[in-house]
Amino acid sequence: MTTIDKTSSVPAPRGSDDFGGPLLEVRDLHVEFHTRDGVAKAVNGVNYTVSAGETLAVLGESGSGKSVTAQAIMGILDMPPGRIPKGEIFFRGEDMLKMSADERRKIRGRKIAMIFQDALSSLNPVLSVGYQLGEMFRVHQGLSKKEAKAKAIELMDKVKIPAAKARVDDYPHQFSGGMRQRIMIAMALALEPDLIIADEPTTALDVTVQAQVMDLLAELQREYNMGLILITHDLGVVADVADKIAVMYAGRIVETAPVHELYKRPAHPYTKGLLDSIPRLDQKGQELYAIKGLPPNLTRIPSGCAFNPRCPMAQDICRTDIPALFPVTERDGGELPGRGSACHFWKETIHG
Amino acid sequence: MAELSKSNEPADATPNVSEVETVDAATESEAVAAIEAPVERGEPILQVRNLVKHFPLTQGILFKKQIGAVKAVDGVSFDLHQGETLGIVGESGCGKSTVAKLLMTLETATAGEVFYKGQDITKLSGRALKAVRRNIQMVFQDPYTSLNPRMTVGDIIGEPFDIHPEVAPKGDRRRKVQELLDVVGLNPEYINRYPHQFSGGQRQRIGIARGLALNPEIIICDEPVSALDVSVQAQVINLMEKLQDEFNLSYIFIAHDLSIVRHISDRVGVMYLGAMAEIGTDTQIYDHPTHPYTQALLSAVPVPDPESREGRERIILTGDVPSPANPPSGCRFRTRCWKAQDRCAEEVPLLAIPERFVGKDTPAAHESACHFAEEKDVVHAA
Repeated sequence: MTTIDKTSSVPAPRGSDDFGGPLLEVRDLHVEFHTRDGVAKAVNGVNYTVSAGETLAVLGESGSGKSVTAQAIMGILDMPPGRIPKGEIFFRGEDMLKMSADERRKIRGRKIAMIFQDALSSLNPVLSVGYQLGEMFRVHQGLSKKEAKAKAIELMDKVKIPAAKARVDDYPHQFSGGMRQRIMIAMALALEPDLIIADEPTTALDVTVQAQVMDLLAELQREYNMGLILITHDLGVVADVADKIAVMYAGRIVETAPVHELYKRPAHPYTKGLLDSIPRLDQKGQELYAIKGLPPNLTRIPSGCAFNPRCPMAQDICRTDIPALFPVTERDGGELPGRGSACHFWKETIHG
Repeated sequence: MAELSKSNEPADATPNVSEVETVDAATESEAVAAIEAPVERGEPILQVRNLVKHFPLTQGILFKKQIGAVKAVDGVSFDLHQGETLGIVGESGCGKSTVAKLLMTLETATAGEVFYKGQDITKLSGRALKAVRRNIQMVFQDPYTSLNPRMTVGDIIGEPFDIHPEVAPKGDRRRKVQELLDVVGLNPEYINRYPHQFSGGQRQRIGIARGLALNPEIIICDEPVSALDVSVQAQVINLMEKLQDEFNLSYIFIAHDLSIVRHISDRVGVMYLGAMAEIGTDTQIYDHPTHPYTQALLSAVPVPDPESREGRERIILTGDVPSPANPPSGCRFRTRCWKAQDRCAEEVPLLAIPERFVGKDTPAAHESACHFAEEKDVVHAA
C-alpha cells in the first residue's frame, strides 16, 4: 500500500504541545463487525491526516465506512460486535489504540470532540440544555453547578443562540432544529478541543439554516485554529468548506485530493460518476448520469477493486487485483501534491 | 407497454359502493363521467384555488375550546397541466406536505377548491371521490416505512387492485404486478420477496410501481429521493422522467433539494409559511428570481464547484421560520427579509406579476408575492 501523505511521524514525547507533525494521523485502519451473517468489513485500510486549522472532508455513501472510521477515532465504537484487527490512530504522535481506557477518556471531549448528525436524538430529552452543556465542565474540570451554568450561558452566546440567559433552562424539544445543532456545536466546543469531528452536521437541516450552521462552524474553526473532519455525502457542502477531500467506497479511500482539483479533474471513476450524477442548480441538464448497480454488501465485498461491478472502465485486472492508492501525476509526470487514486486506470480517468 | 395505458373500462363498472351517499345518483354519475373522460386540450388537469388548511389548537380536556389554529396552508393557488411537472420547494414546516395531503384528499381542506377536470374534489364523496383517488396517486418519502414489512412485494403493488378491481380482473393481477415490476426496472421474479430484501433505491421503485398500478394521471411525489444515496438518486430520477414520457403523467414534485427540483420540473413554486411566495418556469425562478426569499434560498444552496465559493454572493437569513400558528402580519417573510419596510407589515403582498414588470417581455415577469420585487441572479457566480 502506497500512502500519499508521507509524513515523518516519529512519535513525539509525551505532552509536547508544539508537536510538528499532523494533529491526527490514521494509518491502515481496519474495522470489522461480527454479525450473524458473517464478518462485515466496514473499514479496510484507511489512511488520512489532519493538521491544525485544516478541514478534511470525508465523502461517501451510506455504508462506505466514513462514520465507523470517525467512531474508531473517538473510541466510541461498539466493541463487540466491532473489532479493530489492525491499524493505528496517532493523535499528536501517540497511538490512541494502545492507550488505556482512562487515558482515552481524558482525550475524548477535551482534545477531540464530535458533533453528531441528529441533534434531537443525541441530546437527552429529560435534562435541560444548560445542564447538558455544563456537564462537560463539571466532569472534566470539576466546576460547581453554578459555575458550570455560567459557562454554559457563555457557550450559548458564543454559538449565537439568542437570549441565552433565558433559554439555558429550556429542554431540547423547545429549540428548533438549527438551534439544537448549535447546542451540539457548543457542547463540542466547550473544552476548546484541537480536533472536531462533525458527522453529517447539517444533513437534517433546511438549506437556509444549513448555511448558518456551516458558517458558524467555519468561523469558530478559524478562531480556535482547530482541525476539522467533516463527514458528509453532500458534494455541495464539501465544495463550500473543505481544504482536502477523501472519497470513501466500501471501507477504503478511493481518492484523495485538494478540493479544487477533485471537482475539476476527478481521478477515480467513482468520484467522476458521483459528480456527473448530481443535478446542478445553475444549469438544466439532460438525463442524469447514473452509476449503475448498488453499493456492495460489506460481508461480501467484490474481489479486486470493490467498485468493479459498477465501473464503466472495469477490466480483468480490476476483478483480481486490489488497486493501491497510486500517486496521481500530471500527464508529463509532474507532481500533484496530495492527490491519489485507488484505480488501475487513473491515468485514463484523469487525462481522458 | 400497451397493457398499462388507460383501459377503456366503462365508468359504471365500479362495483356498488354501499356507503351513505350524499350526492344524488344523477349528479354523481355525471361527476364520475367527467373524471373518467380525458382532459380537454389546453385545460389544466388540476386547478388549485385559495386552498386553506388550518389545524385547530385546543385547550382543555372535556370542553375543548379552540384557542387558535396552525395555519399550515393559507391560500395557495396553482395550475397543473397534463404531462407537466410542477416542483414545490420550501423549508420544513412551510406546508408543502400538507398541500400534498389535501390534493390526495387525505385531509379535508378548511376552505378553497381543488378542481380536477372541472370537478371540485374537496366536495366530492362516494363513487366520484373514489374515481378521483384512482387518478391521483402518491409516492412517499421514506421507502423504509411506507412499505408494509409483512406483505410481499406482489401484495403491496397489487393492493390497489383490491380497491379498484375494474383496473385488473382477479386472474390477471399477478401478471399485471410483474409487468409493473418490469416497468420500474426490477426483476419480475422478485414478486414473492419482502421489502427488507431490497435496498433503499429498489424499495423506492416498489413505491413507484404501487403508485403506477392504477394508471393514474397525476402522481404526487413527496420528497421521493431525499432518503436515497447520491448515486441511487440519479437512477430513480431518471426512472421517473422515463415513466412520465411513457404514460404522459403529471407530477407534483415536492422536495427541499433545489437542484433536483430544477432538474425535473417544468414549473416551480416556492412556498413560505403556508403561502406561495413565487411561481414560474424553472428558468424564471432559478435564473431570474424576484422574491427575496427565493433569492436567499437559492444563494444558500451549496454548489458542487469550489471555484465559485469565493465569487458567489451568499444571502444568509437570520433566525428561523416563525410559527405558523401566529404568522407575522402583512408579508410573512418580513421578519427575516433585509428589504422589509413599514408597508410590508401592513399590506399582504399578492401573488401576481410585479407592477414594474407587467407587460414587459422579460423572464422576470412572473408571479411573485413581494412589494419590492426585483430581479437578482444569485445562482451564477458574478
